[in-house]
Amino acid sequence: MLQYIIRRILIAIPTLLIISFVIFAVLALAPGDPLAQFALNPAIPESTRELIRIQFGLDQPWPVRYVRWLTSLMRGDWGFSFGTRGPVIDLIWQRLPQTLTVVGTAYLIAVVLAIPIGIISAVKQYSIFDNVATFFAFVGFSVPSFFTGLVLMLVFAINLKWFPIVYNTTLQVVDWDTFTQQVRQMTLPVTVLVVQQTAALTRFMRSSMLDNLNLDYVRTARAKGLSDRMVVLRHVLVNSLIPVVTLIALGIPTIFAGAIITENLFRVNGLGALLITSINNSDTPVVMALTFIFAILTVVFNLIADILYGVLDPRVRYS
Amino acid sequence: MSEIELNGAVGLSPSARAQQMTSRLPAKPRTLLSDAWRRFRKHRLAMLGMFVLLTLALVSFVGPYFYIPRLAAQLEAIGSPFIQERVDLQTAIDHLDFMNILSGPTAIHPFGTDDLGRDLLARALYGGRVSLLVGLTAMAIAISLGTIIGATAGFFGGVVDQILMRITDLFLSLPVIPLTLLVVYLFRDPVIKAMGSPEAGIFTIVVTVIGCLAWMSTARIVRASFLSLKEKEFVEAATALGVSRPAIMFRHILPNAIGPIIVAATLEVGSAIITESTLSFLGVGFPPDTPTWGRLVTDGSQYLQAAPWLALFPGALIFLTVLSINFVGDGLRDALDPRSRL
Amino acid sequence: MSHKRLWAWMTLMAVAAIILAACGAQQQAQPTAAPQPTAAPQPTAEPAPTTPPAAQKGGKLTILYWQAVTTLNPHLATGTKDFDGATVILEPLARYNEKDELVPFLAAEIPTVENGGVAPDGTSVTWKIKPGLKWSDGTDFTVDDVIFTWQYCADPATACTTKASFDPIANIEKIDDTTLKITWKEPTAAPYISFVGPQGMILQKKQFENCIGAAASTSAECQAANLAPIGTNAWKLREFRPGDTVIYERNPFFRDADKVFFDEVEIKGGGDATSAARAVCETGEVDFAWNLQIPKAVLEPILASGKCDAIAGGSFGVERIVVNFSNPDPALGDKRSEPDQPHPFLTDPAVRRAISLAIDRKAIDDQLYGPTGEPTCNVLVVPASVNSPNTKCDRNVEEAKRILEEAGWKLNGSVREKNGVKLIVTFQTSINTLRQSSQAIIKSNLAEIGIQVNVKAIDAAVFFSGDPGNPDTLNKFYADLQMYTNGPSSTDPQQYLQGWTCAERASSANQWNGNNDGRYCNPEYDALFEQLKVELDPARRAELAIKMNDLLVNDGAIIPLINRRTPNAKLKNLEGPTFNTFDSSIWNIATWRRVP
Repeated sequence: MLQYIIRRILIAIPTLLIISFVIFAVLALAPGDPLAQFALNPAIPESTRELIRIQFGLDQPWPVRYVRWLTSLMRGDWGFSFGTRGPVIDLIWQRLPQTLTVVGTAYLIAVVLAIPIGIISAVKQYSIFDNVATFFAFVGFSVPSFFTGLVLMLVFAINLKWFPIVYNTTLQVVDWDTFTQQVRQMTLPVTVLVVQQTAALTRFMRSSMLDNLNLDYVRTARAKGLSDRMVVLRHVLVNSLIPVVTLIALGIPTIFAGAIITENLFRVNGLGALLITSINNSDTPVVMALTFIFAILTVVFNLIADILYGVLDPRVRYS
Repeated sequence: MSEIELNGAVGLSPSARAQQMTSRLPAKPRTLLSDAWRRFRKHRLAMLGMFVLLTLALVSFVGPYFYIPRLAAQLEAIGSPFIQERVDLQTAIDHLDFMNILSGPTAIHPFGTDDLGRDLLARALYGGRVSLLVGLTAMAIAISLGTIIGATAGFFGGVVDQILMRITDLFLSLPVIPLTLLVVYLFRDPVIKAMGSPEAGIFTIVVTVIGCLAWMSTARIVRASFLSLKEKEFVEAATALGVSRPAIMFRHILPNAIGPIIVAATLEVGSAIITESTLSFLGVGFPPDTPTWGRLVTDGSQYLQAAPWLALFPGALIFLTVLSINFVGDGLRDALDPRSRL
Repeated sequence: MSHKRLWAWMTLMAVAAIILAACGAQQQAQPTAAPQPTAAPQPTAEPAPTTPPAAQKGGKLTILYWQAVTTLNPHLATGTKDFDGATVILEPLARYNEKDELVPFLAAEIPTVENGGVAPDGTSVTWKIKPGLKWSDGTDFTVDDVIFTWQYCADPATACTTKASFDPIANIEKIDDTTLKITWKEPTAAPYISFVGPQGMILQKKQFENCIGAAASTSAECQAANLAPIGTNAWKLREFRPGDTVIYERNPFFRDADKVFFDEVEIKGGGDATSAARAVCETGEVDFAWNLQIPKAVLEPILASGKCDAIAGGSFGVERIVVNFSNPDPALGDKRSEPDQPHPFLTDPAVRRAISLAIDRKAIDDQLYGPTGEPTCNVLVVPASVNSPNTKCDRNVEEAKRILEEAGWKLNGSVREKNGVKLIVTFQTSINTLRQSSQAIIKSNLAEIGIQVNVKAIDAAVFFSGDPGNPDTLNKFYADLQMYTNGPSSTDPQQYLQGWTCAERASSANQWNGNNDGRYCNPEYDALFEQLKVELDPARRAELAIKMNDLLVNDGAIIPLINRRTPNAKLKNLEGPTFNTFDSSIWNIATWRRVP
């Protein structure tokens, strides 16, 4: 087991190097211009924009830029953002709290909701509960998040005025009042994300439960006279959770990636909003850092999922 | 645990054997497929889903031939005739009528009109053609890629697994928007040239981009199922009987992993329809005047207050499609699952 | 055994839950850990009651931008939002007001030929600054700071975005502590190009002394300075989260500190224009929202809710259709869109004229722009003195058809053709709801006269980029027609009008960087431009500019559509914001106040 983990970590390093190279290449070759906003401004002629590109190092061929990026990363330097002309890493630390609060909470709630709903749906397949759950799950993922977000915003923020539209990132939770304020401003974005994430997880949980409910060992256990509840909880649940837990673990890196649309809609300005504005402004160092950190997390959680899988399902052998 | 799970595992082998028998004896009247179809027909919701899907497709492709002449005649009657003599769907979706902007559902415009007075039903019909094709094709690409990669990785394990899974990691971490812009920038003109027409070229690019960026989660799910299934006794039995590896993978293990694949497939159709609209926001999808369902929802959502039907009708169509595909998927799972065929 | 596994499961989930919860809790805790918490605003709120005026002085001004401020050093700006974010702290010598007149800020008066400030031969200008000015750290503001700002940006390695406004300067001479004389490299008719408006904000020498050259972006000291410049305006920085929020607090050293109404200013960024409008007009969460580019049918009901006023006027630029005079046919390969490849039918004046006549500018304005624009026939509309009264562009479909018919373009089915050339055009623009709707209207307008339009929309970051490798940029113009907004950046139109001279034609020879994207070339126009270059008399310059505008429009070199007046919105109880063509939307923020 330990040997397996060490080997996986050793493989992870070249993998990440290759990933970083590919991402860098994609970003370097993809069209875009950090100064596109000023393209037509006669006061900011092309000669000036060219100087700025040189300052950003964009005149160098991209493989050279990659080597530079990699060597400074070795020293712990993620480069500077074209937008702020300050260190990229500062930006990420500034944005992380908002993303963790909103997207993290939503993920947690989604997991807590989806597992029991999935279980009941499967155990009572085609019951009213199951049909209602199925219906809502499909509303959840056939309706895009910008649509849910807009509807919620119109109803609850604009007509009923229960929640604010503008998320205040500088709010500091010091007492009950600020705490309720924080909860109020989080409610709408969190709801949008919960609706989406619960939907997919519920379906996978249900399907996984159904697969196991039909197995012969369940019949055998029932035949042995074990109560239904016992059978479901003890055997079916444990086995059905295996793939779902893998999925949940694999989903954790996406928390870091933030929720681009929802964050932007409610002005949460977390990492998702940072990513999309940086992409739109071709702020390559920021996009590079965010994507690469996401890649690291993906690889790490992939490993965790694989280990979990082995722990939970003894039949899986590490080879 | 050992007792129960052993029982479970042993209990599977008869079905595997049964399967083998059917595959070895094709002349037998009850084949795997006809068997599945028989069970599928019994699944009421699945049949309903199938019916709705076929209806949507039929209406999108045939409906305009009945609807457009009627619309043209009625528009002429209210003094807003088509500016060109051609009476076809293309003319209808481009027809502006500033006297009737943001009108609610009426006899002339059953789905209402948008901010330029264009008929929403005509646009939804046109959009249905594109969106249904995009959704289903992209799903097929994503699911086949995901299944093949996941199955290979899970079944062979070792170096193959490592390489494939690291490729999966790579794809998961690629920044989608710059990548899409890059792909289109590099391949749009060559593909359009190769396909002969801009429409076919753009369609190919759109479905390929969506499909190739969505197979990763399927691959992981399939791999996970394979990792656990390949250790089961029925696989050992099949191996012992000298069944070839691809046959074991696709004939014996895959049917047991079909449940999560079908869930992933149904999810993928809906998300492909929506992703298509995101692509056109990057300018890499269909031309901006192609009213796909995803685009209609996005454009319409601006008018949620003044004209909610603009987003609700196309939204409901996407929902109906996804829901139907899910029911079909449920039915397929029950029908194909080797364990339920006793 | 299965018991054990069940428990293992439970623990695992509990641990996961705790980790997630901890993460959630952590950043609720984190802001509290940040320095200088809530106590700060209180003391500044105190002096308010001592000053008697009717409205309660003090409080917070909240401004919403859908693009977020990323740097507060205006010379390193990457967008309008950065200039505006810096405006709350920094000032230039003078700014433009809503009537396009100069208002002295740090300067004591506007130099003119009459008061001897501007040399009659156009070789120099002398500015006097207000006496006794202080930076927000309490040190004196001097002429040296102005000279330093020029030196800072004159160094190409600093890579100032605003460099072009300092380029004409040959030298700056310090006459005394409050007087400086700028000598130009060559005589100019535009003496107010430097140190005026958003491009001319002055940095503190002490703070940026070590930041000339590459250090401006790379040294840690300068990076910190870029995010927290010391300024002379009514507020100083309290907290800045780049790309998200800027919070400013009173600058006690401001020259008119007792006249400033608000204790605190916050600029929040992000989101979209529609919800920004809602936050002002429907929920009243913010006082002011910037640049509400929204279709009329969405904007009008929001504005109608009665809580807010729209502030629109001047010009945000003219939305226009550019005609490609060179041939964008892909079959030409390398020669595609080069100036020496004439366009198969757009070089025919009849076709250009017919297109212009067929387009329904009024419908575009009525249906889409509403309060945010008005139809125009000119490419040069500001300042008012150069807005030509001579042009006409009323819609006339029959006339358009007749012109095409006369020129030999005959209908074949629904598309006209002549000698086997069909009138099928590709019409491209950037992705933007308003533009796609305009495309739909224009497509329908041109279909009426037998011209088939294929529309194309390109991501703005690509369309407006200077990337010579990309086929979709507006400079390459691999299409027949394209649409975007542009306008002069200063009251003097010379720079802007240069964009239609033959020398500026974009081609592979200049890496597609010429400003003449339509590759229009007319010796008559070039001759007028040569006259403009050497003319110093303002009245004659205006005359020439109008002549050039008329030539461009009548020749169909360009098809102007809409003069955009993209509005800002403010709460009814906020007084002070004005529209502005050549300066920031918040140019006069120090005078804003809340009224009962």
